[in-house]
Parts: sequence; structure tokens; C-alpha cells
Amino acid sequence: MNAEALAFYTLAAMVLAGGGLVVLSRNLVHAAVSLVPTLLGVAGLYVLLHAEFVTAIQILIYVGAITVLILFVILLTEGATGLRVRQRNEQVPLAFVVCGALVLLLWGVLLRVPWGPPAGPMPAYNPGAVGRSFLLPYVLAFEVISLVILASLVGAIVIARREE
Amino acid sequence: MGVGGLFGALWQVELVRMVVLAAVVFTFLAVGGPLFLVLAERKISAWIQARVGPKHVGPHGLLQTVADTLKLLYKENIAPYRADVVLFSVAPILVAVAALLDWVVIPFAPGWVVRDLNVGVVYFAAVSSLTVIGILAGGWASNNKYSLLGGLRSAAQMVSYELPLGFSLILVATITGSLSTVRIVEAQPYPAYLYPSVVVAAVVFLVAATAEANRIPFDLPEAEAELVAGYFSEYTPMRFALFQLGEYGSLLASSALFTTLFLGGWKGPFQLPGAGPVVNGLVWFVLKTYAVVFFLMWVRWTYPRFRIDQLLGLSWKVLLPVSMVNLLVAGLLMVVVR
Amino acid sequence: MIGLAHYLVLSSLLFGLGLFGVLTRRNAVAILMGIELMLNAANVNFVAFTRFVDPTFVRGHIAALVVITLAACEAVVGLALVINAYRHLETVNVDQVDLLKG
Repeated sequence: MNAEALAFYTLAAMVLAGGGLVVLSRNLVHAAVSLVPTLLGVAGLYVLLHAEFVTAIQILIYVGAITVLILFVILLTEGATGLRVRQRNEQVPLAFVVCGALVLLLWGVLLRVPWGPPAGPMPAYNPGAVGRSFLLPYVLAFEVISLVILASLVGAIVIARREE
Repeated sequence: MGVGGLFGALWQVELVRMVVLAAVVFTFLAVGGPLFLVLAERKISAWIQARVGPKHVGPHGLLQTVADTLKLLYKENIAPYRADVVLFSVAPILVAVAALLDWVVIPFAPGWVVRDLNVGVVYFAAVSSLTVIGILAGGWASNNKYSLLGGLRSAAQMVSYELPLGFSLILVATITGSLSTVRIVEAQPYPAYLYPSVVVAAVVFLVAATAEANRIPFDLPEAEAELVAGYFSEYTPMRFALFQLGEYGSLLASSALFTTLFLGGWKGPFQLPGAGPVVNGLVWFVLKTYAVVFFLMWVRWTYPRFRIDQLLGLSWKVLLPVSMVNLLVAGLLMVVVR
Repeated sequence: MIGLAHYLVLSSLLFGLGLFGVLTRRNAVAILMGIELMLNAANVNFVAFTRFVDPTFVRGHIAALVVITLAACEAVVGLALVINAYRHLETVNVDQVDLLKG
């Protein structure tokens, strides 16, 4: 087993174990904290895939902001009581079947395709390449995203504001 | 390919070099961080308040922190009744590790950087934002309302101060055209017409970094008068020491990043006589970093604490608009001059 | 040698986990966490396809960054809704939030 395979399997174990805890843990705070290894594992996969900029943004936004926000809201709404109430609804067997079938279907498709080796080298300076793509061919996506951010910013403030 | 491609052709050699450098850096941190900084903090506070400070252990109290650490090591680790033991134990480690990971991208001298990532400053912001999860988890796991409140306050504070900090980083990246810390040092001094913008960004960065490190005047998460000691009031010896390690480690890291971004990093005003480029760079870098640390300590022992609404208002209503306008002005200036 | 198929299998598993969380959780925040897992699975695919199929223009990275930004927006609005629901109904379990008038 070479270094890349070792790194991949370690990260995969980290992602899946963390993800399992996120979904299955009865304690919501534990579930939210388990997001951290999961998302860091995904960031590690991005490193293996030569996507340094996406890695940094993944850690900055997902781990540093979204997880903190989720944890914050759990602490505000549940406090220390997350343990007492029932956390799962009555759909568990059905959901298990559906998710299992979906994963098997995906495997059935993607394992049949003969994927080739990497098609070529990555551009040398990664953040620069991403920035150029954003501002030249994908400028429309960039502008739309900024609009969405503005809208959600205003929306979140309006929704969460306490009415006097 | 793969990991090999990641580290260059001879990745084994590169790996050994990285491990050695990391060991050197972490040793520097263990000595220069908590051990020295706690002593410095106490001596400086004593000097500002016209006291003597620690005096008895070793010459001029130099070994005071060593004695304190030994005392902490001897004590028993206690978890509070009905605390969440797993999270309670993991949280301080997370905080300390996040503070140490900051140092991977700090260049000490020409060629002396653990890893010159091409996303260096974003990496720094990303890793230092991990601290808040440790603080939040530790505060909750203590099963104490003061700890929980301290953790929540810390989360609100750190998330809101990350934005002005990020804008300062963006300004520097715009000027230098790079996110790598080494290239940012090499690109300095900045062009003279951008000095006003850079100064504004530097001030914003310093304020935001003080808030991120939870220090007075922004130490609301641990305000002793209202919250006992905030998120770590339930922590006993070594875990408490880990939180302290994290706090002083990130203080030192923020000062080092400030030096790197705004004070020219390893570049000095003149070449030291008889010193090679590495020694010269190291001396200037350490001098500048500790000057920034001294400034932050000076502020801590001079100013009172903010109120929580003032603190959040300062970030959202002052620092954020100022840094946005600043970035806009700097960008326009650069376009006009070119 | 780790190929594209490895990443795709991993991301399909992660997607399945996330979907399971969305379908079985009662707490709105926990459902949001499941959605984050699914978005991450999609992102792994985007970045993996960039590496193995189309590396010259970093199109997949752009898509991944857009998804991350959207995830942040969605989390912010979703959590604001949760806070608001909690303020009015004192619960964040989606099967108990069943009033048309708050």
C-alpha cells in the first residue's frame, strides 16, 4: 500500500465514522461536533486531489463557520436537554431501505464505467486559476452567488429579529 | 503523483525536512509561547501597575512558570459531576492543536517555513477558526451555566471578528497578488501610495486578532466578574494549561502573522554585522513579533473590558464597513496608478 | 492506486448517510446537518472529476466553491428559521411544527 492509498483510506474512515456519528448519535451536541472530523476528512480528500484553495475554503467556511453556527443554535435551543427527547421518527426502516437501495444503485452504475487515470496535470498556481475562472468565464455564477448571499443575509436578519 | 506529487520530486527528503522544522517550531513555541509569555505577561503587568511581579523562583523569578507547570502536572484531573467526559477531555486538546497548527505557514527567516502553502493566509484564518469549536464544546461539556455562556459568547465574538480579519488579509493579498506568506514578505515594502490603506488594514487586523485571542479589552468569554472564568471555569490542571497554551500560542501566532503581513517579516531595517541571512532574518522576526506581543500586553493592562453589545457593535458597525471601504479605495488606487 | 472510482464510492456512501439523517431525524438542526453531509458528498465528486477528467480548467473547483457558498447561505437562513420557530413554538422538532398560524 503506497502513501496515497494509506492517506485515502485513513481519510475515508474518518469521513464515514464522523458522518455515521452525525447521523446516528442520540446526543445532538455530539452529532454536531462529529461534523468536525467529517468535514476535515473531506478537506483532506481535497488535498489529495490537488485542490488547495477548496481545502482552505472548506475548513474556513464549513468547519469554522457553519459547524459553529449549528453548534450555537443547538446550544441555544436544546441547552443540555438534547438527550431526553426522542431524536428519530418512525421512518427508520423505510429510510434504511431507501438509502441502501440508492447507494447500491449508484454503485451499480459507477463501478461499471471504466474510469481512466488522471487526464493531465493540474494548473500550477491553484488560487490564481480559480480566481481567473471566476472572473472570466464564470462571472455570471459569481454575481448570482453574491446576490444570493445578500438576499440570505437580509432574510436571516429579518427572520431571526425579535419583534418588538 | 498523489502524495508524491504533493511534496515535489523527493517527497521523502521533503517530509523529513518538514518534520524537523515542525519540531523546531513547536519547541520554540513551548519555550517562547506559554513558558516565556506567561512570565512576560506577569512582569509587564507588574511593571505597569508599579509592582515587582514574580521574584522568588530562580533569578528574578525566571523559573516561576516552570514551577507553576510542575505544580499543574502534580494535580489531579477532575471532571465535574454529569459532565460529558469525552468532549470535556477533547476540547482543550483541540484548542491547543489549532493554535500550534497556525505556525505551519509562518516564515521565520528566508527558507525557514514549515510549509509554504500557496493558500497560506487563508489556511491561517481557517485553522485559527477551529479554536472556537473547542471552546464551545468545552463550555457545553462542563455542565455549568457560566461555562456555557462563556462558550456561546466566545462563538459570537470569534465568528463576527473573523470577517474584518479576513478583509485585512484580502487587502494584503490584493496588493501582493499572492496568498503565500513567503511571497507576501518578499513583496514588501508596499508601494508608498498604498500606505494609508495598509495602515488602516493593520489596525483592523490588530483589533480583530486581539478579539480572536480573547484578550482584554475583548475577553468577555472569560470575564471573571460575571462568568467566574467563562468556558474554562470547570477545568483542572493540565487541561486548563492546554487552554492557556492555546491562548498564548494563538496570541504569539497572531503577532507573528501581523509581523509577516505588515512589518516586513524577516526583513530588517539594516543587515546585522557578521550574521548570515538566516540568523539576520530570525533575529529581526523574533524582535518584531515580541514587540507586537508587548504592545498587546500593554493594551491588556491599560484598558477596561468592553460590554458584549459594544463588542459586537464595534465589529459589525465600525470595523467591517471601514475595512470594506478601505479595500475598495485601495483597489481603485491600484487600478488608477497602473 | 487510488482512482476516481474510490472517490465516487466514498461520496455515494457519504450521500447515503446524509440522506438517512435527513429522513430519520426529528430535530430541524439535525436535518440540516444531514443536508450538509449530502452537499459535501457532491463536492467530493466535483473536485474528484476535476482531478481525473477535466483538470485544465478548474471548473469543478468553481462548482464546489459555489456549493460551499450556497451551503453557508442555506445554513444561515435555515438556522434563523429554527430560532424563530423555537421562539414561537418552543420546539424545533419538525413533526411538532404543524401550525399554519404561529
